[in-house]
Amino acid sequence: MSFWDYLAGHQQQLLTDAFQQASAVFQCMVIATLLGIAIALLTYRSAWGGNLAITTTATFLTVPSLALIGLLIPLVGLGVPPTVIALTLYGLLPVVRNAIVGLRGVDPSLVDAAKGIGMSRVAQLFRVELPLAWPPILTGIRVATQMLMGIAAIAAYASGPGLGNEIFRGIASLGSANAINQVLAGTIGIVILALLFDAAYVLLGRLTIPRGIRD
Amino acid sequence: MTETATGTAAASAASGARIQLENLTKRYPGSPSPAVDDVSLEIKPGETVILVGPSGCGKSTTLRMINRLIEPTSGRIRIDEEDVTDIDPVGLRRKIGYAIQASGLFPHMTVAENIALVPKMVGWSKSRVKDRVEEMLDLVGLDPREFHGRYPRQLSGGQQQRVGVARALAADPPVLLMDEPFGAVDPITRDHLQDELIRLQRELHKTIVFVTHDFDEAIKLGDRIAVLRERSHIAQFDTPEAILTNPADDFVSGFVGAGAALKRLNLTRVRDVGIADFPTVSVDDPIESIFNKLREGPYNELLMLDRRNRPYKWLRRGDLMRAKGSPARAGQLVHDTVTRDATLHDALEAVLIDSSGRVAVTGRRGEFIGVVDMETLMNSVQEMLQADRLAAMEHEHDLEELRHHRTETELEGGADG
Ligand SMILES: Nc1ncnc2c1ncn2[C@@H]1O[C@H](COP(=O)(O)OP(=O)(O)O)[C@@H](O)[C@H]1O
Ligand SMILES: [Mg+2]
Repeated sequence: MSFWDYLAGHQQQLLTDAFQQASAVFQCMVIATLLGIAIALLTYRSAWGGNLAITTTATFLTVPSLALIGLLIPLVGLGVPPTVIALTLYGLLPVVRNAIVGLRGVDPSLVDAAKGIGMSRVAQLFRVELPLAWPPILTGIRVATQMLMGIAAIAAYASGPGLGNEIFRGIASLGSANAINQVLAGTIGIVILALLFDAAYVLLGRLTIPRGIRD
Repeated sequence: MTETATGTAAASAASGARIQLENLTKRYPGSPSPAVDDVSLEIKPGETVILVGPSGCGKSTTLRMINRLIEPTSGRIRIDEEDVTDIDPVGLRRKIGYAIQASGLFPHMTVAENIALVPKMVGWSKSRVKDRVEEMLDLVGLDPREFHGRYPRQLSGGQQQRVGVARALAADPPVLLMDEPFGAVDPITRDHLQDELIRLQRELHKTIVFVTHDFDEAIKLGDRIAVLRERSHIAQFDTPEAILTNPADDFVSGFVGAGAALKRLNLTRVRDVGIADFPTVSVDDPIESIFNKLREGPYNELLMLDRRNRPYKWLRRGDLMRAKGSPARAGQLVHDTVTRDATLHDALEAVLIDSSGRVAVTGRRGEFIGVVDMETLMNSVQEMLQADRLAAMEHEHDLEELRHHRTETELEGGADG
């Protein structure tokens, strides 16, 4: 059976897997972004607080994804929960680090001006500091998303959703007629999804980064 | 009549408020000696006061305590008799304009959005804010249609600084704090911005507290100057004239620097000294009439004007002969002219550079008005310095004389025309 025949025959299954993978990555990125920015906002002003946040989130990355998911299964069971938890934890680091670096990189004289003309602390954050730190934060989100795309495939090991199922099924039946086709379909699907996400981020950047600070 | 009008000073479209600093002290954590030590200063409504002193002497700290960007360790701040030391700082800052070096404009907002910030925060209606933005741009000399939608990075340094001032003044605060606002622009632009500020203040009468380390800037802008030494101790607080002619101590004279008399030239404008007439001819005049004028008049020199009445060439008696009667080749081109608003400093510079020993004074469109020569300048400087010295001496005896006078009139029963 050729690769194309395989694709045609399993179209429905592949599209469902791809959609589930995209949806899982997207939702986990939303959580990681909100959580990551919140952590950054709470810690960026203190030298050790910020460094602690970056170190802690970086630690998650050193744990192999398969091991982390394996460790989560006894705690939260199979399926969606270990996938969401693992993806969110892995997604945190780039967001937290870029948000802290971005917020710390805002010109202090601008924060001084914001305070000096009578902005409240909340207004300073949301009208001046976050908008100016947004480009690096968006870059962090973009990097995290690329990473999660690959990691999400591993989640199939814990019966999670996504194109990983395709890959695992292929690996499990190596030697059979469709094994290579399955692995290939899963992998190419993930690459295509990653490219689509990236294009979406470029568009998002165009829409959300103010013209005055776009380069 | 002496009842204090508290709180609402900013409610009516406002000229300046009185600022009183009482025994202000700021001790930064971890620093053994205070950055500002027991400073008391009273600034009158509508006055421009310059805090000037060497770098690190505590100027910015002092200024930033007025809008509580820095909380004083002890002491009180009063604005129009209202004690603002403990009120909500955010509300306070909205009633105090704040302009800093490098403009502090938010790069992600347009010029209009930057200017609109404070009026919006204090709750002005949309249409009022919109009108105000145009008005402010106009006020600082930027065409609203052109600059409204630009981003700060699309402006020159001087333009950014203008927008910074416009933003600071947008909600019509009675008080304006400026921390080295012109410190980062080139000298020529700085000169223009200073002139603009003088013009603005003539219209607005805000109370301005202006920080600089440049004494010449202080002289040019200040109604009064507080010369600060380390820890913001006030070495002298007086008018520019008094500080130049009567520095309180060695520190102040050191800071005033050499050439106090020369700096004094920055305080007087060409319009204040005698602008003399000068015989002129036009480039279109027939050659004989030019000859005649040179021969008849008491001057052996003429000023030739171009077709739009602007100074063009100095013509001396021998020049025409040497140029074989062709006015086109004769004479010296006029290098530099001054307006009536130029300082005597500028005028003197022009006179020194121009070979004729005088400078032509021109009007708004460059048309010839008259001349100022070396002798006039010397005389007025001398008169000025003399008057300063007298004023300083009088000042010392002022109180005593006043008391004397009062008792006398009381004895005479106050009979006075
Ligand atoms: N945030 C701060 N923390 C500690 N010390 C400070 C701080 N800001 C200023 N200082 C110190 O206070 C002194 C006065 O500073 P500043 O008011 O900025 O001086 P100026 O504006 O006259 O140059 C300096 O010695 C400076 O090092
Ligand atoms: Mg300073």
